[in-house]
Amino acid sequence: MTTRTTEIWVGIFVAAGLASLFMLAMKVSNLSAFSGDEGYTIYARFEDASGLKVRSPVTMGGVRIGRVTDIRFDPQQLVAMVTMRIEKQYDTLPVDSSASIYTAGLLGEKYIGLEPGAGGGCEDADLEAELEAELGGGGPADAGAAADAADCQSGYLREGSVIKLTQDSLVLEKLIGQFVSQFLTSKEEGGGDAAPQGAAQ
Amino acid sequence: MILATLQHLGQRGMQVFERLGRASILLSRIFGGIHTLVPRFSLFIHQIHSVGVLSLVIIVVSGVFVGMVLGLQGYNTLVDFGAEESLGVVVSLSLVRELGPVVSALLFAGRAGSALTAEIGLMKATEQLSAMEMMAVDPVHRVLAPRFFAGLFSMPLLAAIFSAVGVLGGFFVGVGLLGVDDGAYWSQMQAKVDLYDDIMNGVIKSIAFGWVVTWIAVFEGYDAVPTSEGVSRATTRTVVYSSLAVLGLDFILTALMFGD
Repeated sequence: MTTRTTEIWVGIFVAAGLASLFMLAMKVSNLSAFSGDEGYTIYARFEDASGLKVRSPVTMGGVRIGRVTDIRFDPQQLVAMVTMRIEKQYDTLPVDSSASIYTAGLLGEKYIGLEPGAGGGCEDADLEAELEAELGGGGPADAGAAADAADCQSGYLREGSVIKLTQDSLVLEKLIGQFVSQFLTSKEEGGGDAAPQGAAQ
Repeated sequence: MILATLQHLGQRGMQVFERLGRASILLSRIFGGIHTLVPRFSLFIHQIHSVGVLSLVIIVVSGVFVGMVLGLQGYNTLVDFGAEESLGVVVSLSLVRELGPVVSALLFAGRAGSALTAEIGLMKATEQLSAMEMMAVDPVHRVLAPRFFAGLFSMPLLAAIFSAVGVLGGFFVGVGLLGVDDGAYWSQMQAKVDLYDDIMNGVIKSIAFGWVVTWIAVFEGYDAVPTSEGVSRATTRTVVYSSLAVLGLDFILTALMFGD
């Protein structure tokens, strides 16, 4: 084997090794920008997006139609701003669709489930505009407000739309906390009721 | 009788420490020859070829199969808990933390370490090393140093290739055949695998293994009895000692890195 071919093979080896290291690092740092899929971006605000991750699936009717591309905290409205990328072929989602965060399985990962609205929810357009004005609107919301008018004409979600109806992810601790506090208050009331009766007797 | 046994034991112990001492001296001489690597860079390249590139096929093939087995086994266990989305985490963590460095080091010892020992041992048996000394060329600098550093350099790359290919093998089985969601496979992996704690520690492990395996291989070859039997024994010892050293060192490194 000539020196040249040896050197080429060593070059290939080193490149493959570095590429593998790079790929291992990429998996961690969420730099997966190479998913250059075609589609459009929509936004949703959740008060609690705990457990949701970038690249989590976005489903409608149990079928994956897109992915979460970004989750960040909106410092103006103090909520979580979730960016989703919906595949290009699903371009007929009604504007008044709602987004909820669900859990796959008992301990599985979180995903966003979209539920279609009545369709062509443009009778609410004024209300939505009011809501938008009331909320003040952050960065993407401004883009969303501009897109809203167009939404109401087409009746479909499109690039830059913001989903208004959202339901947060269930956090077990919160749920248990609520249950316990309710249980305690009802017990206290029950005890308060029982005491006068005892006194009366 | 007892005294004879004790004497025998002491003799063996002395021999072990003597060999360890000679190996350490050899290692310091190799590192003393690190500056000669630059003017003889093509030697280094050639050794990377024979140590690293020629090990590539066995590493890639075993990586794919180990990853696929991990995917199958992990899926069968996780599906009982409804947590098959975590398959990517199982596959990648086992590969990056343990199997990548360890299995590739074991394969490396079998494929490259034995070849290094046999080559150097045969050079010694045919008095090529003595001939070099006669020509005022230090065989440690000319023969051993490029081989040692080539092994040290190749091992982390081979381990990284093994892990990456294994993750793809697990992806192929889990997502392609068993129907795990591909986004969940990657997203859970990205959420749970840490760049420093897992990947960098795996790389550090593989550097340590590469060091130990090539050190043992080079030393056994240089220290071999210069007969055909001696060379064959040295080759066997290289594979046995380096496999044991890798497994033992792996426990120590794992305890240091992950056991807190």
